[in-house]
Amino acid sequence: MANVKVTINGKLIETDSTRTIIQAARENGISIPHFCWHEKLSTAGNCRICLVDVEKMPKLAIACMTNVAEGMVVNTKNERVVNAREAVMEFILINHPLDCPICDEAGECKLQDYAYKFSQGYSRFGDDKVHKNKRVEIGPRVMFDAERCISCSRCIRFCDEIAGVHQLQFVNRGDHTTIETFPGETLDNPYSMNVVDICPVGALTNKDFRFKSRVWEMSFTESICNGCARGCNIEIGVRNNGILRLTPRTNDDVNSNWMCDHGRLDTWKHVNAEDRITGPMVRKGGILVDVGWDEAMAKVAGELKLFNKNEIAFIGSAFASNEDNYVLARFAKEVLGSKHIDRMSHRIDGGDDALLIRADKTPNDTGAALVGIVPGEGGRDIEGIVQGIRDGHIKALYAIDDDIAQHPELEKVITKLEFFAVHASNANKSTRIADVVLASSTYAERSGTITNFQKRVQRLRPAVVTLERERALDGLTMSRLDKFAAPNDSWGKGPRRDSRASWRIVAAIGNIMGGKFKYMTAEDVFTDITHTVDAFKGLTYLKIGSKGALLQ
Amino acid sequence: MEKYLEKSVPVRKKDLSFWQKLYIPAILQGMKITMTEFFKPSVTIEYPEVRTVMPDSFRGRPILVAENGTERCVACGLCARVCPALAIEVQAGETELGKERYPERFEINMVRCIFCGFCEEVCPEEAIIMSQEYELVFTSQKEALFGKDKLVKPIEEVRTRLDFLRKSR
Ligand code: SF4
Ligand code: SF4
Ligand code: SF4
Ligand code: SF4
Repeated sequence: MANVKVTINGKLIETDSTRTIIQAARENGISIPHFCWHEKLSTAGNCRICLVDVEKMPKLAIACMTNVAEGMVVNTKNERVVNAREAVMEFILINHPLDCPICDEAGECKLQDYAYKFSQGYSRFGDDKVHKNKRVEIGPRVMFDAERCISCSRCIRFCDEIAGVHQLQFVNRGDHTTIETFPGETLDNPYSMNVVDICPVGALTNKDFRFKSRVWEMSFTESICNGCARGCNIEIGVRNNGILRLTPRTNDDVNSNWMCDHGRLDTWKHVNAEDRITGPMVRKGGILVDVGWDEAMAKVAGELKLFNKNEIAFIGSAFASNEDNYVLARFAKEVLGSKHIDRMSHRIDGGDDALLIRADKTPNDTGAALVGIVPGEGGRDIEGIVQGIRDGHIKALYAIDDDIAQHPELEKVITKLEFFAVHASNANKSTRIADVVLASSTYAERSGTITNFQKRVQRLRPAVVTLERERALDGLTMSRLDKFAAPNDSWGKGPRRDSRASWRIVAAIGNIMGGKFKYMTAEDVFTDITHTVDAFKGLTYLKIGSKGALLQ
Repeated sequence: MEKYLEKSVPVRKKDLSFWQKLYIPAILQGMKITMTEFFKPSVTIEYPEVRTVMPDSFRGRPILVAENGTERCVACGLCARVCPALAIEVQAGETELGKERYPERFEINMVRCIFCGFCEEVCPEEAIIMSQEYELVFTSQKEALFGKDKLVKPIEEVRTRLDFLRKSR
């Protein structure tokens, strides 16, 4: 590794000799077009769109495979390069179908973008295009359209190098080249859907998102996957106030450019689901009845007052944010004086792998423990709480954002409780038993922070609006439709639920019972955390930013 | 002000002649035109009993062209994107047909539509075109949301417009 000086488009760049031209240029803000090259994959050098002119080289060189050398002078946009690029585009487009109107990639397609930027706008090719299979289920979650494939081999390299399974390969030759799975194989590795993101065209598409929306009609919000303790950085795609897809966001400290299929598909369907708890409910005569927030919270406060502090237990949640758990812990310990507080574990031993997936299937176990969801001195842990309910010492239970009735032991004794309040976003086992159900917002509807297994604090941002928020006023990302929807339009709408962030509910009940919670926003809660919990000292939402911050 | 007055030049028009001052010849001239027109055949169309046939270039309300019983539209959403009034909403779905994609829902808010014809111009399938229809009556905003039931028209009914579009391309 030696330091070298190269000139790219007249700009003098200092870099090291291990870099290729495309890398050196990219690191210095000069973009060179590319289809097959990907920063996280090996270099294939087969698309030829990255041709650049290097002085003293007789022919144009591909920037992705040519290493920089001392004194090299590179030009990425002179006439020779422009003509070569145009020619490459013309070759690629010869057999590319005019599918943009029915192709999900349209709007975020490299080929489409480059056709605008670098192509002459017409084709000299008059013959029939090669026809191939158009609706191939190449895997359980991925669709393949062979006509659209430009044979860049990114998907093959992803499977081989990142997912570590050899599932895809080129077959046939020349313009009949196509992608196939090995005999008896299908593209079903746990990371298979990343090929959809890296495919530069619409050849590989997300089966779940297929035809749901054009990308330019959606808003995208930076957030964090809630599928496990990794906390992959994601973008939430929303249209008409419903989530349509998740895509990974690059963060080299956490998830690189990838996310797992489970996270991509299974962690957000409940936000749009039919079984959402749409508002607070109180059980009257055996059935849950919709009531207003004031009534529900007064009911909880009134009931909790009836018990002595040793008879009340609290269960926080590793699915809830640091803020939610912190306020709950303060409420339990300061307002009610209870020491019985813990959370449920969702570890699946052996449920992890070497790439991203963690055995702990919750996003915030680390954070919940740090902000106080651990039994106080002499307090009961989760097993102790179960025991306490069984022998009648624990008579009231307050749980947030977790289906605690799933706990096999707790399930058996939970009906012995005299009072049971739960925060839930969707109907579940616990809400079927609870005396009061407080509608809490899902991770996609609230601000907050979660702490992953590396002790990295990352931010959740609201992508879907509830009744307590307004998209424009609360600074949520807006699609064009959100901006211009009028009351009489059928679009830009979608259901809005009367749910609230858990910390807000707990703080309000706490205040009824004489507590002093003066938080207006999740950020206020976080500021309080940074003052009282040492690990969080000195952090702010701004410092966490979009890439997160490590705790001490 | 002074400055402008300095520059202004008084112009005195010639006085009217005696005949012009009489006015009568001018009145007679006018009467002559009125009388000749009075006895010519009428050009007024007695709407709504009589209706004009609009030229093919006329832009009435947009409709969806159906061929062999299904709409041509592939739900690409380009019309919705280009529509300056944001009148169109398309929800795509998958179909067994060769086109793969079809509009599960297609709605034009006729209160928003300004009859600009951009949707027709942008459509890659000649699937949405401007019709001859201009009589739109609603009693509520809901009624003004035209779904596929009101939009889809068999190709036979709109041939002339399609021919016109081909010619004028
Ligand atoms: S399917 Fe996509 S990623 Fe794979 S080779 Fe073809 S164009 Fe490249
Ligand atoms: S690895 Fe974990 S955090 Fe990442 S996408 Fe999968 S479930 Fe989500
Ligand atoms: S005619 Fe113009 S305003 Fe009306 S739907 Fe089409 S694009 Fe929109
Ligand atoms: S532009 Fe044409 S094909 Fe596309 S959605 Fe509109 S009517 Fe359908």
